[in-house]
Amino acid sequence: MNNNYFEVIRAGVNTTFQDKGRSNLYHIGIPFSGAMDNRNYLLANKLASNKLDLPVIEFAYQGPLLKYNGKKINIAITGDVIFKLRKKANEIEGNCYESFQIEDGDEIDILSTSKSVYGYLAISGEFDLKLQWGSCSINTKANIGSNDGKKLENNQKIYISKVNLNQEKKKTNYLNSKVENIRVIRGTNFDYFSEEGKKIFFEKEFIVSKLSDRMGMRLEGPKIENIVNTNIKSEGLLKGVIQVPADGNPIIMLSDHGTIGGYPKIGVVASVDYDRLVQISPGSKIKFKEIELSDAETLFKLYEMETQNLLSQI
Amino acid sequence: MIKNISNLGDAALYCDFGIEVNKQINSEVIKYFNTIKEKNIVGINNLTPSYNKLIISYDLRVTNFKEIKDKIEKLDVGAALETNNKKLEIPVCCDDSFSLDMARLENKLNLTKEKILENFFNKEFFCYMTGFIAGMPFLGDLDKNMRVQRLETPRVKVPKGSVGITEQFADIYTFESPGGWNIIGNTPLEVFDSTKEIEPNLINPGDTVKFKQISLDEYRNYNE
Repeated sequence: MNNNYFEVIRAGVNTTFQDKGRSNLYHIGIPFSGAMDNRNYLLANKLASNKLDLPVIEFAYQGPLLKYNGKKINIAITGDVIFKLRKKANEIEGNCYESFQIEDGDEIDILSTSKSVYGYLAISGEFDLKLQWGSCSINTKANIGSNDGKKLENNQKIYISKVNLNQEKKKTNYLNSKVENIRVIRGTNFDYFSEEGKKIFFEKEFIVSKLSDRMGMRLEGPKIENIVNTNIKSEGLLKGVIQVPADGNPIIMLSDHGTIGGYPKIGVVASVDYDRLVQISPGSKIKFKEIELSDAETLFKLYEMETQNLLSQI
Repeated sequence: MIKNISNLGDAALYCDFGIEVNKQINSEVIKYFNTIKEKNIVGINNLTPSYNKLIISYDLRVTNFKEIKDKIEKLDVGAALETNNKKLEIPVCCDDSFSLDMARLENKLNLTKEKILENFFNKEFFCYMTGFIAGMPFLGDLDKNMRVQRLETPRVKVPKGSVGITEQFADIYTFESPGGWNIIGNTPLEVFDSTKEIEPNLINPGDTVKFKQISLDEYRNYNE
């Protein structure tokens, strides 16, 4: 038991275990969390011949350097990720959306997520993790989830409780589409903002700030003027909600967001664009485009069908 | 009663119960929250009750706005469900090392420390909601002479256990977190216990809370 494990030689910037997240806990202050980019999370598990809802390793920007000890196992990495596999005899450039077999002593060196933020590493097996409320998802701000709710650290070990017998090679062709235009539905406080402010919101470009993480994405750019009140009575938040505090700079709530907030909501990112939104890296441009609820629902249905299609081809 | 239902994005219903903050409106919100939770409606995956709003999140892969709206409109909430609201006493130490904003409070409220503490500890609070961070209770209502605004510049780190006040409300920081409330003291009590999957929150909406002043020695010995 537990003779199979990774040694974390370098943990990376923000490396955590994630899965589908946890639901029905907003009322006690616990958000969904879960993999930021759901499609890439599912693809990673499928490429590793796994059940789709199993925990994976999520990393941001610079990923981990892991040394493997144990019997042969397949791994798959998804996202726009530059990584190397160091074997005894040689070093190979890794490809995303393709499974690779690794063996005792091999190293996976995840160098960076290229012009994106999050990447995923799945194994054809199961990590040995303690779940909390049915999910491994680590929320570092609340210290909830596996690994005592903390991100991975140098020199720790990641134990594998099960290695699948099926170690079939899998591969698919997938290109992450890069979008600057994020579709948004009007928020419940849209009319708190001046005509000029509303125009700025839907017509001007914003820049993603460095102060962005799994909790939220802060934007910089032209200020959005509030003409009613810069505070509302605190109420529930959701991932994708765009709040504008008194300083006029929008903040988009992401998967580990606080569950209650008191800033006016100018808009909400359409679910169809959430996976793409989280991949927009600091310093990049972002622009919002207004859509109606009915269009958002249809577009999400199509996106979901496309995801299922991609999965069925693997 | 829900005054209006609209959409918050494409995966949530925004139920508006009014603009005022009072127990009556909040009890209506909690009644709906309890009823919906009980019914286990397919597709609903989260509920966020607050002072006077209820946000109902749903899985867009399974259902949509119209379906959930119809179900909520037809919902029979009936009389208030049997609730097991608790009366709680929370020990708080107001030693200078804990009451980080006492000088500011004395100044803004134009009251002495003794008077501020007397007002605070004599008050019986009602829990309107929990959230922002896990387990944080939002309690009300402070009398008019005890109401202050948030700090102009929020703290990057508010210590765990801090008890803060702002406007007519009091809250408790269940773990270290950023925050802008005026810190009056600190409780040694675990208000959120993440190791408990059932009822990790000590204080829940509808509960009554009274704070009890303790000395620094009592604080230190509390968890011995």
